Amino acid sequence: MADPVHQFEIVKLFPVTKIGGQEIAFTNSAAFMVFAVVGITAFLLMSTARRAVVPGRMQSLAELSYEFVASTIGSTTGKEGMRFFPFVFSLFMFILVANLVGLVPYTFTVTSHIIITIALAMSVFLTVVVYGVWKHGLHFFGLFVPKGIPIFILPLIVFIEVLSFISRPISHSVRLFANMLAGHITLKVFASFITLLGGLGAVGIASAVLPLAMVIGLTALELLVAFLQAYVFTILTCIYLNDALHPGH
Amino acid sequence: MADGTRDKEDRSNKPDDEAALSARLQSLGDRLASVSRPTENDARFRKADTTGMARGLRLSTELVAGVIVGAMIGWLIDRWLGISPWGMIVFLMLGFAAGVLNVMRVAGVAPDRTK
Repeated sequence: MADPVHQFEIVKLFPVTKIGGQEIAFTNSAAFMVFAVVGITAFLLMSTARRAVVPGRMQSLAELSYEFVASTIGSTTGKEGMRFFPFVFSLFMFILVANLVGLVPYTFTVTSHIIITIALAMSVFLTVVVYGVWKHGLHFFGLFVPKGIPIFILPLIVFIEVLSFISRPISHSVRLFANMLAGHITLKVFASFITLLGGLGAVGIASAVLPLAMVIGLTALELLVAFLQAYVFTILTCIYLNDALHPGH
Repeated sequence: MADGTRDKEDRSNKPDDEAALSARLQSLGDRLASVSRPTENDARFRKADTTGMARGLRLSTELVAGVIVGAMIGWLIDRWLGISPWGMIVFLMLGFAAGVLNVMRVAGVAPDRTK
């Protein structure tokens, strides 16, 4: 049986530099990240180059993605959230394209590595903390002190609130990583059933139809999950940014 | 003739009925306003989560994340202060509480902290 986790292997393409004895290499992961960024940039530049009043196919796709993210931010954080639009839009497009590219056979799924997703989640988390403290000062920490709590259980509640706050980047990153990892492994396992059964003669080939149907269904599901996870990541980013913008009224 | 009187009666009753109806509408509106006001923030939050699936996907990891953070902090405190099982015991429980709080917030059972 083919190794279902082989697809997540990091391969060094060429070495770049050495920092403190640790080799920094350009890997297949980095290559697909560059591909995603270049692809998004090229798509947005080319589709908006003509700036037609009546948009063509590509232009309306670009406008749709803009509208989608803008309305998500608007409905979650209000108007002030639009100052974070470039950040949120970049996150959404990067995750979406990385997820979708990963669905093509023989490609590498960048978002199936937790180091990538936790870096993205930490950038959101640090933005929330830094912006919240910069904008509201110590008032930002009022986030951890709910109102109307009796004073003698307040320390306990504050501890729980702080832990709940710290757990955000973890759930934020693990959700994306785990969904992509599990989905791709499931696809691979069912796909390998097809070849295994196919080697068993006529009966095997007849029954190999079942995992084949499963793989087709799973591919459609993974397409949905790829989009949905990018959306969930975006909406959670907006909800967290909302805390930085309006900590405890 | 019977028709005529009924018409007259109807006409005379109409303002009364309308007044009563508008009064009832008014009271209903007041009651609705008082009911929906506390969940206004909630409704906005719900609109943001357009698909129930997106919300469902959030639930699974929220609880685990709380417990993981509690365990991590407990382990670090044990290492730094050398009070071996106690940091882990206390922070694992606090982490579990934080995880449950996360899940209740996502499900909309507990009020959001911003309120």
